[in-house]
Amino acid sequence: MMNHIDVSSVLRQTLACDLYSNLVTRTTGAAVRTQIEQLVGESRERALTVIDFSQVSMIDFSCADEIVAKLLMRYAADDAPQDAYFLFRGVSDDHWDAIEAVLERHGLALVVEHEECVRVVGVLSDDERRAWEAIHRIGPADAQDVAIETTTDAATARKALDALCRRRLVMQVDGQYVAVGDLRG
Amino acid sequence: MTQVITVPPSLDDFSFEQVLDQVAALPADAKLLVDARHVRWASPYGLTALLTLAQTRSERPTLAVPELDETLSYWARAAFFQHAESVYDLTGSYPKRRDSGESNVLLEITPIAKSDDVHDVVGQVQERAQKIIKTELKLESKAIIGFAMTLSEICQNITEHAGRGGWVAVQSYRWTKRLGRRVVVIAVCDAGLGFRRSLESMPGHLPTARWDDAAALEEAVIRGVSRFRERGRGQGLAGARNYVGRWNGKLSVRSGTARISIVPSWDDDVPLAEGLAPFPGAQVQVIIPEAVPGGGSER
Repeated sequence: MMNHIDVSSVLRQTLACDLYSNLVTRTTGAAVRTQIEQLVGESRERALTVIDFSQVSMIDFSCADEIVAKLLMRYAADDAPQDAYFLFRGVSDDHWDAIEAVLERHGLALVVEHEECVRVVGVLSDDERRAWEAIHRIGPADAQDVAIETTTDAATARKALDALCRRRLVMQVDGQYVAVGDLRG
Repeated sequence: MTQVITVPPSLDDFSFEQVLDQVAALPADAKLLVDARHVRWASPYGLTALLTLAQTRSERPTLAVPELDETLSYWARAAFFQHAESVYDLTGSYPKRRDSGESNVLLEITPIAKSDDVHDVVGQVQERAQKIIKTELKLESKAIIGFAMTLSEICQNITEHAGRGGWVAVQSYRWTKRLGRRVVVIAVCDAGLGFRRSLESMPGHLPTARWDDAAALEEAVIRGVSRFRERGRGQGLAGARNYVGRWNGKLSVRSGTARISIVPSWDDDVPLAEGLAPFPGAQVQVIIPEAVPGGGSER
């Protein structure tokens, strides 16, 4: 199941004001994230949620920390409320400085979609990055396929893929690994 | 007895120290007459700091307004008198209404107390900053968003840490005296907790052997330490520091008796000034200069 959340709409609902299109302040970020979590929580099954920044003018560091970092950390935690995955859409250069800073600060990574292409950005180990790019290139596959694609051994590939699953960058479907963004449900 | 505090003719972050030096010798409840009659020019820092000074006094001070029409007109356009009326008794004649002529005031003096105020400020500045940063400072368009982010984060320093409201102002002008180029200046001043007391409120805070205002500023501005333990905290000032570094600007943060600065090559300020006259709260200034022709920046 795939959800779509327009962050600027959530912002306007949260602030009850049509005038603001900037994601600024920690208070605003926390309120927007809470609203996003509620929307994600409405899906009981495993869900891929598109977090759409297309209509957001700018985001500052504090807001990026509250929305992006805390959202990713919550759903990648051992006690995550549900099996949720995120695809970030409409992230422009104007948003990137703040988002990149918080990803680096927390050692996080996320999947962005830009002009129909998806890629993983942020902090990953070399093995994780190679494994993600391989699975994105070849499509749904098992650890052995990824090992062949990345010219490594199956144990190394599996370890990287399992880490990516924990980080919500790859999901497991019917015993195979699938890169987030490649399976739109 | 009323004590007269003389405001220097040119009022900026450096000359405001002369004001504080005079105030430091007086008891907190002394009645002040802040004499600004001979002021010819004031930076956004000078104006917001004057308002902040009044907030630090237990006895409502009096301000003698400038005598020069040009100065009065600018201070009125910057909304200084509008806010000064709430914290000073004003003497002398001054424009009661702001004229709406062409102005280099990007953001008139605006009170900051809550998150919505920051939204308003960022929204107001964005459009005008776009024009000035691209056409007057000749910086890449990427500098515009960074400017708004920096403004937002510095204002949030008040809403998150000060414990009381403060003021922000943004202005563009040609800085002939020190730089000979155009600059955009953000000034954000408050009379709240200040950095040292804010960090001391952190659970489990253990002061170092040398714990004072300067040490607190180093912790917050250089090392990104915040009173909140969350890992994501303290990124605001770090972001501002990165922004000024990228665009060859200057960041100064004064709190208590110290001032820390990220000093660009065009300025001769010291990185850390200690033993200044005490002034409650935090006073932040960001200066972004016009790009050097052909060089983008002069780093």
